[in-house]
Amino acid sequence: MDDLYRELIIEHYKNPYHKGTLEPHDISFEDENPLCGDHIRIDLRVDNKGIIKEVAFDGHGCAISQSSADLLLDSIIGKSVEEVKKMDKQTVLDLLGIELGPVRLKCALLPLKILKAGVYGLGEATDDLVEGG
Amino acid sequence: MPELSSAHFNVEKIRADFPILKRETKPGIPLIYFDSAATSQKPDVVINAMDEYYRNYNANIHRGVHTLAEEATAHYEDSRTAVARFIHANNANELVFTRNTTESINLIAYTWARANLKKGDLVVLTEMEHHSNLVPWQMLAVEKEIRLEFIPVTEIGELDLQVFNKLLEQEPKLVSFTHISNVLGTINPVKQMTFDAHKAGAMVLVDGAQSVPHIPIDVVDLGVDFYAFSAHKMVGPTGIGALWAKKEILKEMPPFLGGGDMIKRVYLRSFTSNDIPHKFEAGTPAIAEAIGFGAAVDYLSSIGMDKINKHEQEVTQYAMEKLSSIKKINILGPGPAKRGGVIAFTLDGIHPHDVAQILDLDGIAVRAGHHCAMPLHDRYGIPASTRASFYLYNTVGEVDQLVLSLEKVKKVFGE
Repeated sequence: MDDLYRELIIEHYKNPYHKGTLEPHDISFEDENPLCGDHIRIDLRVDNKGIIKEVAFDGHGCAISQSSADLLLDSIIGKSVEEVKKMDKQTVLDLLGIELGPVRLKCALLPLKILKAGVYGLGEATDDLVEGG
Repeated sequence: MPELSSAHFNVEKIRADFPILKRETKPGIPLIYFDSAATSQKPDVVINAMDEYYRNYNANIHRGVHTLAEEATAHYEDSRTAVARFIHANNANELVFTRNTTESINLIAYTWARANLKKGDLVVLTEMEHHSNLVPWQMLAVEKEIRLEFIPVTEIGELDLQVFNKLLEQEPKLVSFTHISNVLGTINPVKQMTFDAHKAGAMVLVDGAQSVPHIPIDVVDLGVDFYAFSAHKMVGPTGIGALWAKKEILKEMPPFLGGGDMIKRVYLRSFTSNDIPHKFEAGTPAIAEAIGFGAAVDYLSSIGMDKINKHEQEVTQYAMEKLSSIKKINILGPGPAKRGGVIAFTLDGIHPHDVAQILDLDGIAVRAGHHCAMPLHDRYGIPASTRASFYLYNTVGEVDQLVLSLEKVKKVFGE
């Protein structure tokens, strides 16, 4: 079977560590990929030093977008908000450990786009938030 | 396994006409193309007809008197005649070349509807429309303050005609709906609905994008006022489509885009419109594509639309039977007896994008997403679906491979 559906991805899709919502939260943002209707909301709790303490995501989507969200959130616990701002496309590809074509890349990058729009306090999640790398 | 190449329809011979069907998606993996509802593949005769234009008689049409211009004009207009004849129009002048079905519908919204609809007028659409038959009317509703109502879709994927008849009591000015749903495969009763709409005083526009490629169409017999379709879904090229309308209606309609070819006489501050259908074809059109469109309908006619439809029905019924046996599959739309060659489905617990991606590993091209029908997916409470669609070149052997590969998808996800 193709790398795209390696065990790590299926595992995080079927049994995500961080699925759910946080109430109350310090940062929350949600958006969707209009091409496929994938929808993700990300909630964070951040301490007064700007360190991410708790994470959660909710929504629905394909195995790539959902496992990307779970792996991404898992990787930012204990990191600072400033560090999250520096993350880009390559961060996500390294976490997933796969190569992606242009269409599925959008699925993989949706969670990071939403996360960064949240930490920057922006009104919308745009593609330029995840370019580079 | 019964291979469907009976005397009347030799699918292997047809497949040989489509060069792309010889390719492999990856070494050793032949292409299985189940995405014809998005766009069909093209036979050599269509590709060659366009190639021939560019190689031998490339020229602009309708103006020049030189040999090439005359040949190009003749081929362009011959294509119009062929396409008009294909849908049994009475007159080639009733056939306007557009870019595609979307542009044909927009043309009606911009010309006929702008001239004839006023604030408070009602346009009736349906819940199963492609975005191309929703958004132009939403835009017009904002501009002209017209009202929109929708014929609901029942659980099994048919239009609720009782509600339709109730809506007709409100005397709509236009009823616009799809002939065959691009998601559900539902074949709507166009003739009956048109009869009822006319009785209530409404005009009727039908989106034929999914019907003209697959079933014999007679626009006069259907009785509709406007019929829109695209070449690229019926073995023709992209970039060209058609709008058919009755001559009397086209003559009364204001022009669409302004520019060359759509005029008779231009003054500094005014113009007079050309005759139909040229009045609606401003600027240099897609000449090669129009010629390819003509070659496409000639090709389909040479095989016979009845035979193409019968073959598709056999493949679709076989696929419905086989797919239904898969556990945790949910097939959208009506039973096999009442549908076109489109099967959209969901697999419990597996996103359609993942289904399509894993099928692609086996060379199977299907579509995943909302298929430009988001409100219809909302109606069924699903974000997306996977769609397999069939055409004259598909075989039951390919359907068997689809079923095997879907079992593989389920295994990957441990379902």
